[in-house]
Amino acid sequence: MTDTTFDRGFDTRSWITEKIFMGMSFCDYLKSLLTPTNAIFALILIVGVPIVIYRFAFGIGAATNLTQVNPWGIWIGLDVMSGVALAAGGFTVATAVHILGLKEYQPIVRPALLTGFLGYLFAVIGLCADLGRPWKLPVPMVYSYGTGSVMFEVGWCVCLYLIVLGLEFSPAAFEWLGLRKAREWAVRMTLVLTIFGLCLSTLHQSSLGALFLMMPHRVHPLWYSGYVPVFFFVSAIIAGMSMVIVEGGLSHRVFKSQLNPNDHGTADTLTLGLAKGAAVVLFAYFFLKLQGLVDGGRYDLLLTPYGAWFLFELLGFVLTPCLLYAVAVRRQNATMARWVAGWTVLGIVVNRLNLSVIAFNYNAAERYVPGFMEIMVSVTIITIGIITFRWIVNRMPVLHEHPDFPQAH
Amino acid sequence: METRMELSRRTFIKFAGAVGAAGVVARPKPAAASALHPVNTPAVLVDTTRCAGCRGCEAACSESNHLPGPALQGQDAVFSKSRKTDVKVYTVVNRAKADSKQGEARYVKSQCMHCLDPACASACLAKALEKTSAGPVVYHPERCLGCRYCMVACQFDVPKFDFDSPSPYINKCSFCAERQEQGLQPACASVCPTGALQFGHREELIEDARTRIYQNPDKYVHHIYGESEAGGTSWLYITDVPFEKLGFRTDLGPTSPPELTRTALAAVPFVLTLWPPLLMGLYTFSKRRAEASKGTDQEAHHD
Ligand code: SF4
Ligand code: SF4
Repeated sequence: MTDTTFDRGFDTRSWITEKIFMGMSFCDYLKSLLTPTNAIFALILIVGVPIVIYRFAFGIGAATNLTQVNPWGIWIGLDVMSGVALAAGGFTVATAVHILGLKEYQPIVRPALLTGFLGYLFAVIGLCADLGRPWKLPVPMVYSYGTGSVMFEVGWCVCLYLIVLGLEFSPAAFEWLGLRKAREWAVRMTLVLTIFGLCLSTLHQSSLGALFLMMPHRVHPLWYSGYVPVFFFVSAIIAGMSMVIVEGGLSHRVFKSQLNPNDHGTADTLTLGLAKGAAVVLFAYFFLKLQGLVDGGRYDLLLTPYGAWFLFELLGFVLTPCLLYAVAVRRQNATMARWVAGWTVLGIVVNRLNLSVIAFNYNAAERYVPGFMEIMVSVTIITIGIITFRWIVNRMPVLHEHPDFPQAH
Repeated sequence: METRMELSRRTFIKFAGAVGAAGVVARPKPAAASALHPVNTPAVLVDTTRCAGCRGCEAACSESNHLPGPALQGQDAVFSKSRKTDVKVYTVVNRAKADSKQGEARYVKSQCMHCLDPACASACLAKALEKTSAGPVVYHPERCLGCRYCMVACQFDVPKFDFDSPSPYINKCSFCAERQEQGLQPACASVCPTGALQFGHREELIEDARTRIYQNPDKYVHHIYGESEAGGTSWLYITDVPFEKLGFRTDLGPTSPPELTRTALAAVPFVLTLWPPLLMGLYTFSKRRAEASKGTDQEAHHD
């Protein structure tokens, strides 16, 4: 189908119908958009987009509860810190398949890469809302290198990795567009991109944690540790794997029409495989965190409210999902594994928020609580991310093989 | 150069041990900071026992930096609550929470400490905040992205951000870097009528402070604040009331904050040079294995 269109020269109209409106006429396409989910999305955007505009017109102070005492809030803690961690599935799965040769995970490479790519893209967009002068982003990229800054390293790695993820995912886009040559080139780069992606991920996932190394005066002693970069890297792997499970579970519900019936069994097997991996890494992470606690030696603080919260994170969000994952694997219960994955993802978000918001500035005179507009901006950005994900999955061969490119992934 | 090399070598050993875990564990080390900067770096010694709380320094600062005049100028009511520096206020004089033993009021001036190895400059990804070789830590507004990492990194809560502006900048005391270039003292020190602010070379001022403490051991607290705090600062304080009553953090160790991240940064080249060959090795291994198992499969079929 695609090829004939191209053979006969370019027919814009049918191209748009085919690629953008998924074979429907414009009116039919619009009608197909009238769903309850879209109504919710629309409502969020109607409220959220004006707030984003308001933020840029009147400054950060007008739209947030940030102050001189608490200059960092959820735009950093949720959009950037958590967003990047949850997007780690891309490098985790790509490494497993292309380097460790676990070919059975091939079917989830593309969804994982797409989640990763959009996760990073929207983390950067979230960052732009948080930066006072985002139009100055080219400064550290082009001419004023703050090489002594961890933030500089994070910035560069995230920027490069975004490009790498884009290239890693590009074969799907090229298949959709029917560009055979370009696709071949992109596929040929897979190994190099995967290795480069893993290098960059190792660096910036840990460096996001290294940002806090300089701030023992801000981060609560129970969370502050010289090992924070290692914690961040290891927990990003957990977050990435769990996010792939969650996203797979949701996709199978939402995009049912794109899958053929026997995909379901495969999905369960892969979910349980990932769950097993996540359980092992969580186990290691639990002991790393314990070591961090012993290293800090501040057992006295465990009896304070912050201590209770720390223990809740350690036991509730690390040890519990570790054990529950193991149980799910043992019972071969993929549904259970999906619920545990959801809990684990939440746990990583809580961890990132702890470092950057909740246990951050714990000794300051003022407490920071995000305002409505701040939360709405984050929700809006996440919503646009989900809409983009759906738009792409509906058009490009992500969950299924492209009929013209069998065995492509 | 020496220290750099030493640092990387140590880092390498540490890194090699932890390569699987990203090898970016930082360990506090004694600051090598003061070695990086000339001993005759410009500094101010603040002797709070001499300060009369006239706030002449505040007025001079505002004038010199073209800021609105200080709040409640000439009124004692200003001391009823503790103020902080702000976007348009680079220095403030507050009344200490304790009087001297003789019952005299004590005042304390605060502003950027101009650290020897400043956290803010090391935090800045765009070199918008920069430690100049002359000593002052200065700000280049045209480079700043407004990420506010400098604000949270600074242990003295100095950089202030203009939250109300759609194109916000960081603001802080510049140690009157331009005046210093012209051979002038910082505006504040130049107007201080009591000698509470004394501008000079850091080493000499430390000697001076030591002498004062030595000659009046019953009067002064035996500590020069800023000599070692946060790796050392250009602003130094001596006093006769406990430092926490002046509003100072007394929990800052002698390690400069940037020192805490240097190991992590030094790990970057190792990740970039060690990961790729390692991964290629893994790749070849897993590929061979897959081929081998395919081979045995086929042999099994032939049998
Ligand atoms: S006191 Fe804060 S703002 Fe001033 S030089 Fe030190 S780290 Fe930078
Ligand atoms: S807010 Fe500006 S000066 Fe401060 S670290 Fe960010 S870019 Fe540098």
